[in-house]
Amino acid sequence: MKWTLLAVLAVVALVLSVVLGPAAVPLGELLRSDIVWNLRAPRALLAFLVGGSLGVAGAALQALVRNPLADPFLLGLSGGAGLGAVLAIALHLSGPWALPIAAFIGALAALGLVYRLGLIGGASLDPRILLLGGVAIGAFAAAITTAIVSLADAAELRNAFLWLWGGLSGASWDSVLLVALYAPIPLVVLMAASRPLDLLALGEESATYLGADVERVKRRVYLAASLLTAAAVAVSGVIGFVGLVVPHIARLTWGHRHRSLLPAAFLGGGALLAFADTLARTVVAPRELPVGVVTALIGVPVFALLLRRWTIA
Amino acid sequence: MILQLQDARYRYPGASGDALNAVSISVGPGQFHAVLGPNGSGKTTLVRVALGALIPAAGTAQVDGRAAHLWPRQELARVLGVVPQREDNLFPQRVRETVLLGRYPHLSLWGRERAEDHDAVDRALRSCDVAHLADRWLWTLSGGEYQRVRVARALAQEPKLLVLDEPGMSLDLKHEMGLFELVLGLVRGQGLGVLMITHDLNLAARFADSLLLLEGGRPVAAGAPNDVLTQQIVETVFSWPVAMQTVDGRPQMIPLRQTKESRA
Repeated sequence: MKWTLLAVLAVVALVLSVVLGPAAVPLGELLRSDIVWNLRAPRALLAFLVGGSLGVAGAALQALVRNPLADPFLLGLSGGAGLGAVLAIALHLSGPWALPIAAFIGALAALGLVYRLGLIGGASLDPRILLLGGVAIGAFAAAITTAIVSLADAAELRNAFLWLWGGLSGASWDSVLLVALYAPIPLVVLMAASRPLDLLALGEESATYLGADVERVKRRVYLAASLLTAAAVAVSGVIGFVGLVVPHIARLTWGHRHRSLLPAAFLGGGALLAFADTLARTVVAPRELPVGVVTALIGVPVFALLLRRWTIA
Repeated sequence: MILQLQDARYRYPGASGDALNAVSISVGPGQFHAVLGPNGSGKTTLVRVALGALIPAAGTAQVDGRAAHLWPRQELARVLGVVPQREDNLFPQRVRETVLLGRYPHLSLWGRERAEDHDAVDRALRSCDVAHLADRWLWTLSGGEYQRVRVARALAQEPKLLVLDEPGMSLDLKHEMGLFELVLGLVRGQGLGVLMITHDLNLAARFADSLLLLEGGRPVAAGAPNDVLTQQIVETVFSWPVAMQTVDGRPQMIPLRQTKESRA
């Protein structure tokens, strides 16, 4: 029943984002319209894939760092990606893929640095240090980004700023295909780690005694979730709160077992972002809001409600 | 023998002395062993070495004849069930869910839980007398109920041997005695081997078949409770005057007030 409901929600979000838009396309011509085929459909699918990826990455990272407030971007990836993208804008790198590639490289650099910091205590990956290192690297990258932006001219500055708040206007069938080929690999790795992730919630010692190879699981989950996030940020900028709020809503309904939680977070995150992007395109049409603004405007109140629930319960 | 330590020695990196030195213990099916000693005597290190979390610098630590640290963790979890001293659950969980985690070592990567897994969970809940709590949230349980649930989770692993680290800590009399009776019942009734770490000499002497007393990482005495817990040994190891009595044929220790004469 709850799966049916979620599937319906996902389909409705996708359909809405194809039907609605600033340009009026009569319903009868929906399937023949260039706007629908070349703009709205790939954009809806990309939003869904990115949102789903962020939902899954967030759920997995929250279990890994044993902190329910973890967000995929907390681990420094957004800072690294933002720096890469702003550098590409400042250096006037051209071509449709310059920005995503620069952002992806920036995210990977941050990922590598944070991972190295996480191993600082020896051979064992320390999730607490991952979290602290992620915040520190993110802040450092953000400082450099701000320095570059402050030296840029006004038009560049606006572009960079909009990119940092996320947007799916660059969506094309190419980017959909790319993400559709890339994302399944880390998604499968995370799904395969479902049961060890359940065990990790008890702490590393208990997880070990219940049969989890804790060191290997921590590395795999961190790398897979980060690579998933890096791809998402490369094609759509920094979209906050999906990876934080969606796992929590999914947990309220599906419980804490990752075998059902992760698929639910994927569908839920996909539906939320497709819906948020539809709002971002339509509410101030013909202009567009960065979709990160919309997810934050929806996500923060929801999150506040969740916090209230917890503290009362 | 299920679990066997032979002259095991271990020193933590950077430490000046051995945390464990020439310690041997072996636990077979249907045997209840307790490891005793003051704080810092090496009890926890012994467990870590025995479970393959630490590799002995000398001597051996084997499970079913194979070096403990060479076991894949999932296979080891089908032979040894462990109830660690403490754990904190990140997310709220119900009793049945947490006991089901004990079945994970038996599940394949993509497979679902089978009927036999749910049967094993039911059996474990019943043997620990917590079946009536199955649908309760963990955080609503009393300390004693929670410990029994954690034992049930270890039993759901269907292990040959159970390792319990200070299981009676922070339990009141009724729940502590109840827990020890439960464990002894499993040893006698199901032929489970038990290795228990505790600093409670009296309970260990009442329930265990064999004691190992550690001091500063070295074995001081080992064997039947009456041979290990003599007044002289206890006073030396714990540096406190005691009197010994016998209850149910087992030695029981009563700490004495430290008078001026005994201090002199």
